[in-house]
Amino acid sequence: MASTETKTTDTAGLAGIEAGLDALESSVARRTPFRQTFVNKILPPVIAIAVVLVVWQGLISFKIVTDPSKLPSPSAVWHTVEDAWLQGTLLDYIWTSVSRGLLGFLFALVIGTPLGLLVARVKFVRAAIHPILSGLQSLPSVAWVPPAVIWLGLDNSMMYAVILLGAVPSIANGLVSGVDQVPPLFLRAGRTMGATGLKGTWHITLPAALPGYVAGLKQGWAFSWRSLMAAEIIASFPDLGVGLGQLLENGRNASDMAMVFEAILLILFVGIAIDLLIFSPLERWVLRSRGLLVKS
Amino acid sequence: MATTLAKADESVEHAARIEHVSKSFAQPGGQQLVLDDISIDVAPGEFVTLLGASGCGKSTLLNLVAGLDEPTTGAITTDGRPALMFQEHALFPWLTAGKNIELALKLRGVPKNERRGKAEELLELVRLKGAYGKRVHELSGGMRQRVALARALGQESNLLLMDEPFAALDAITRDVLHDELTRIWQETGLSVLFVTHNVREAVRLAQRVILLSSRPGRIAREWTVDIPQPRRIEDAPVAELSLEITEVLRGEIRRHGQH
Repeated sequence: MASTETKTTDTAGLAGIEAGLDALESSVARRTPFRQTFVNKILPPVIAIAVVLVVWQGLISFKIVTDPSKLPSPSAVWHTVEDAWLQGTLLDYIWTSVSRGLLGFLFALVIGTPLGLLVARVKFVRAAIHPILSGLQSLPSVAWVPPAVIWLGLDNSMMYAVILLGAVPSIANGLVSGVDQVPPLFLRAGRTMGATGLKGTWHITLPAALPGYVAGLKQGWAFSWRSLMAAEIIASFPDLGVGLGQLLENGRNASDMAMVFEAILLILFVGIAIDLLIFSPLERWVLRSRGLLVKS
Repeated sequence: MATTLAKADESVEHAARIEHVSKSFAQPGGQQLVLDDISIDVAPGEFVTLLGASGCGKSTLLNLVAGLDEPTTGAITTDGRPALMFQEHALFPWLTAGKNIELALKLRGVPKNERRGKAEELLELVRLKGAYGKRVHELSGGMRQRVALARALGQESNLLLMDEPFAALDAITRDVLHDELTRIWQETGLSVLFVTHNVREAVRLAQRVILLSSRPGRIAREWTVDIPQPRRIEDAPVAELSLEITEVLRGEIRRHGQH
């Protein structure tokens, strides 16, 4: 009979049909060629920077701005950077600030993470603290500098205090929103597999909340860096060692506009570099491994 | 507690026993009765489908059997913790296909050095050999549901609960997965309680089809399907019985339009 024949071939052919469907429906991820990455991602910002430099140089060359104490030429700023490099102080400035910033950020991480978890999971704590945490995020951390100086004096601990007050709310809030956005389906699936209580938190909630947490870390770093610069500018004190903020303040006191520009550019450069080297790759890795980052 | 697990030494006659279960939810303006006096026994190795239109509480019932919720009255006994498969694959996107399965094994207490091999075995069972290192988003809809099935099987439960697991798939893929599920059910001797609103799917898969009425969910009728496996969804006996059940289902739905 024809129908029994088809049935016996069915079981044998099933694997084949399935393999065909699998091949048709899954997309093969291809690496974007470097040329394309270069044209789409690297070239545009390079051009933008070049345009800024050309306009800047143009303002000087065409005598639109003639007073070098208002606007130094790009080459003058470059010479200041070069001098600092040759004197060996450039890396000192950068390292003083970066080490403070990163150490402060690590403290913020150690405090912000359990705090965020507590706020996310314990109803009473959430009701009590969450609005305050959100509010603190909108308070410019420079406002903490005067009290920190009064409480802790002019030393490194005051810098760290300002960084903590700036970064902890971002990190904790990031984790809270990450936990809030965990799809309930994952929690149910976890529970049917036996992931309840602490096991559920460890195996399901925390990994599921990672994208929000990483976004919080990224913002936390930006806040750490800004708070630190504010603290260094306001509370500059020779014994503290010269960081980038102090460099800026020193430039202002010496009316040395080239030094002021040098400091601003270095602050910008370090902030971007840390983000590009640490936080952006981390975020991309987390999102890409979950298929949340669509190639544009 | 209303949901109890059978003791290991007790001889198990039922993979799941649902006895006079009712469930109501608190609503503004009183209680809403969702399930009304449901009694179903699922024998070991039996494949039962629960069929019903929207609002019959079939997913609620499955949640109760899975232990995700408690019945208002009545009792549910299952042989161990049942595995549950959802309409959405519910695979964890931060883990690879293989690691998803391994998590189920880990939570069941399988020692670390055995997990990898077991996970590969389960992937082979759903014919996804080589998908171990694949991320969830790299898999097609049908492949995801097969990994989800492998993960559910990894729980080594005697009862597999399925909540419209193929509803979101295209017809060809669904057809293939019906064949797969039948094959795996026959190979493993699992009991399956499968919820669907698709009559043909219910008849294609089950040994017994239970029709639930809607609002509140009550058992309306029950059919024993003795068409031999492997069945095809387009086989004449399947189509015939589907037609009969569809007529009854339509009658149930029609009642709700006559107020």
